[in-house]
Amino acid sequence: MSAPILETRDLHKSFGALQVAREINFSLEPGARHALIGPNGAGKTSFVNLITGVLRPSAGRVLLDGKDITRTPQAERARRGIARTYQINQLFRGLSVLENVCLAVGERTGACNNLWRPAGASGGRAVIDEALGLLEALRIEEDALKRVSELPYGRQRLVEIAIALGQKPRVLLLDEPAAGVPSAESHIILEVIEHLPRDIAVLIIEHDMDVVFRFAREITVLVAGAILTQGTPEQIAADEQVREVYLGSEAHG
Amino acid sequence: MAASEHIAATEAAAQYLLRRHRWHWAEALPWLVAIAAFFVFPGYVPLGTQILIWILFALSLDLVLGYAGIVTLGHAAFFGTGAYAAGLLAAKLGWGEPISGLVFAAFCAALVGFVSGWVLLRYHGLTLLMLTLATAIMLYELGNARADLTGGFDGLLGIAMKPLLGAFDYDLYGRTNYVYALAVLFVLFLVARRIVYSPFGQAIIGIRENVRRMSAVGSPVHRRLVTIYTVSAAMAGVAGGLYAQTNAFVTLGALSFERSATVLIILILGGTGRLYGAFIGALVFLLLEDHLAKQSPEYWEFGVGVVLVLTVLFARRGLFGLFEDAGRALARRRK
Repeated sequence: MSAPILETRDLHKSFGALQVAREINFSLEPGARHALIGPNGAGKTSFVNLITGVLRPSAGRVLLDGKDITRTPQAERARRGIARTYQINQLFRGLSVLENVCLAVGERTGACNNLWRPAGASGGRAVIDEALGLLEALRIEEDALKRVSELPYGRQRLVEIAIALGQKPRVLLLDEPAAGVPSAESHIILEVIEHLPRDIAVLIIEHDMDVVFRFAREITVLVAGAILTQGTPEQIAADEQVREVYLGSEAHG
Repeated sequence: MAASEHIAATEAAAQYLLRRHRWHWAEALPWLVAIAAFFVFPGYVPLGTQILIWILFALSLDLVLGYAGIVTLGHAAFFGTGAYAAGLLAAKLGWGEPISGLVFAAFCAALVGFVSGWVLLRYHGLTLLMLTLATAIMLYELGNARADLTGGFDGLLGIAMKPLLGAFDYDLYGRTNYVYALAVLFVLFLVARRIVYSPFGQAIIGIRENVRRMSAVGSPVHRRLVTIYTVSAAMAGVAGGLYAQTNAFVTLGALSFERSATVLIILILGGTGRLYGAFIGALVFLLLEDHLAKQSPEYWEFGVGVVLVLTVLFARRGLFGLFEDAGRALARRRK
């Protein structure tokens, strides 16, 4: 097993009496396909917020490439290769799909530091072409010039992923990527996720067990802010404890 | 869709972004109007100068409010700083060369913008709004406390300017001032336009649209906001400097809350986030003020209020939004 790209050590976060993360020891290898599951309120999104730097942990450490990033601000972590998508769309709604992705690409390449040359001038072409390439890979290039707010929700979910990919991440955290998408269309999202570049380490939070078992090579179960168990999909499916607290009767009854 | 058509479609999308910053013929209109007005309405040249200064001030506000989404009620802080910087330089230090006076005004206002922005722009919403207001009030009170220097409510007198570029003296009809203000506005408009269409300009629009996502994609949000705030402050400072130089007079009104509110009204009236909104807003507001104040010196603000209410209710994107709609409808009919 190669050295982990992302690691948390005894990560702890509490809001008063509420503990959203309890001694979480977690690691992600390069190219990982890892699912994080758990009942509502288990602290899955809080965990993502702790990794991305939206929340500061009460105790414990976060490491990227073995380097401590616990005190590193969110934007700096993003520049170092941690990208995420949101459970509820966080898009630039008034801008076109292409501009949405160009922002992510431009901030990564440093193009956005330029305050004097037109966005479309020499260096801008590379940013636009890269963004268009991503839209093509996600098959939403037809919508390139459409305003995000005019798109159906399912397509907006793809823009959500396209922006994250525009960051050329090494670690990608997908927070319920198919949430809110009609089930008839969720396979489009799943296909995109299955074809993500192999070198990216992906952590997916998902409620849909079909998606989880199809996609993940490893699963972590989070309950009340603590890791209950970890293992391959087969191990998790066979785990009595997991069935009891999480999968319950509806999944395997 | 055939492969060639497909490539054409993505190329069209790329070309749209690549060409967006190019000039549209209609953008010549405001400048042609400004030049024509100079010859057609000689009696209105002094008012025209004031309109040009308000346009510049509103344009500076558009950069922070319209593009970066920073809501401020204290933009007069920078206008006033610029006005007193240029005014004091001429009145107390006897430096009457106008263009270097404006550079000094820009520098002082930028400094105030940078320092206050560095602190303020960590906050959002109502907190930020109150802090911008408080900054302007503190500067106003500072000007009041040092009335020995600023002249307080009586105003700063004795601002004597040297001929423009060493050659053009100031005439009784304010013609030199008009040309001077128009030239300065044009140069700074070019700067604002360049910034808005730059990748940096796109990033501050992104911050306006969704600041949370901008941080998540790695944008140094605070640095970006402080940068545009400083640029905007410098531009407002130049407007203030022009005001001091062309009126040869500055009062505390340059720093007042009323001025911050007026520039906000002008910009919203004209339309935010579209550069030319400042032009239409200032033109309509000042002509209206001039006209209504002659009709009814006591209640003219009522008329301004009615126009503003109608605008925000029925022309959500400001008066310039109406022009855009009309332009689009015309283009459709031609097809």
